[in-house]
Amino acid sequence: MVTVNGEKKEIAGKNLYQYLKEEGFEMNRVVVERNLEIVPKEELERITIQEEDSIEVLRFVGGG
Amino acid sequence: MNREILEQAFDARFPTEMKDKLRNAFVAIAGLGGLGSNLAVMLARSGVGHIGMVDFDVVDVTNLNRQVYGIPHVGKYKTEALKEILDQINPYLDYQFRREKVTKENIRELFTGYPIVCEAFDQADQKAMLVQELLTGFPDTIVISGNGMAGFGDANDIRTRKMMRRLYVCGDEKTDIADGVGLMSPRVTLCAAHQANKVLQIILEEKGE
Repeated sequence: MVTVNGEKKEIAGKNLYQYLKEEGFEMNRVVVERNLEIVPKEELERITIQEEDSIEVLRFVGGG
Repeated sequence: MNREILEQAFDARFPTEMKDKLRNAFVAIAGLGGLGSNLAVMLARSGVGHIGMVDFDVVDVTNLNRQVYGIPHVGKYKTEALKEILDQINPYLDYQFRREKVTKENIRELFTGYPIVCEAFDQADQKAMLVQELLTGFPDTIVISGNGMAGFGDANDIRTRKMMRRLYVCGDEKTDIADGVGLMSPRVTLCAAHQANKVLQIILEEKGE
């Protein structure tokens, strides 16, 4: 089972970038961590989500 | 008012070793708007010895509702205006100002030498860019980011959360100026205070969670 922001999901095999887009994330406003490593933006599209992956997505909002 | 008097005023309330830790610390602030200008003032008042600050913009009258600037600063570069303000609070600290826009290209040069960097931008994509670049490009840097402080919703929704080993996220992580919500002084200052307090905890090695 894959964990995304603490929730269990059956999404192994999906492309990470595509999955996050489908979930509605604006990709220029997020930072993604996979298995305790920050995923560089240019690598997101090359990653296939693996069973047991732990993914954290930090979504930024505007204001400061 | 001289350096000795200011240092004694500080010493009277805190142990000397605490003052020394703060005096020897290097902290950078990216963006000198609502978060960054308040952060800078709080860190200077706390005696943080070396504060690096980056901003390219000028003070606008619409900034006065939440940023530390006053009417005499309108039209001045934020770096210059904030220098005037900080010099009135404590002129004996080391302030480094850079009047530049932060880009992927100059991040390395701007933030090398600062083990703690506070992200204090206002645009979400710029926040994401800076945090991403700092976490991937600097293996030891601790990043403290402000994320979500618009409107006048519950003050207790503003919090500090540790994420991803070296990242602290301060804010409600929800309210977004892109949704047409404005920014007001109390929640912006609260968020800046969360960031400033985390800086102090890290410097004084009582990181908390």
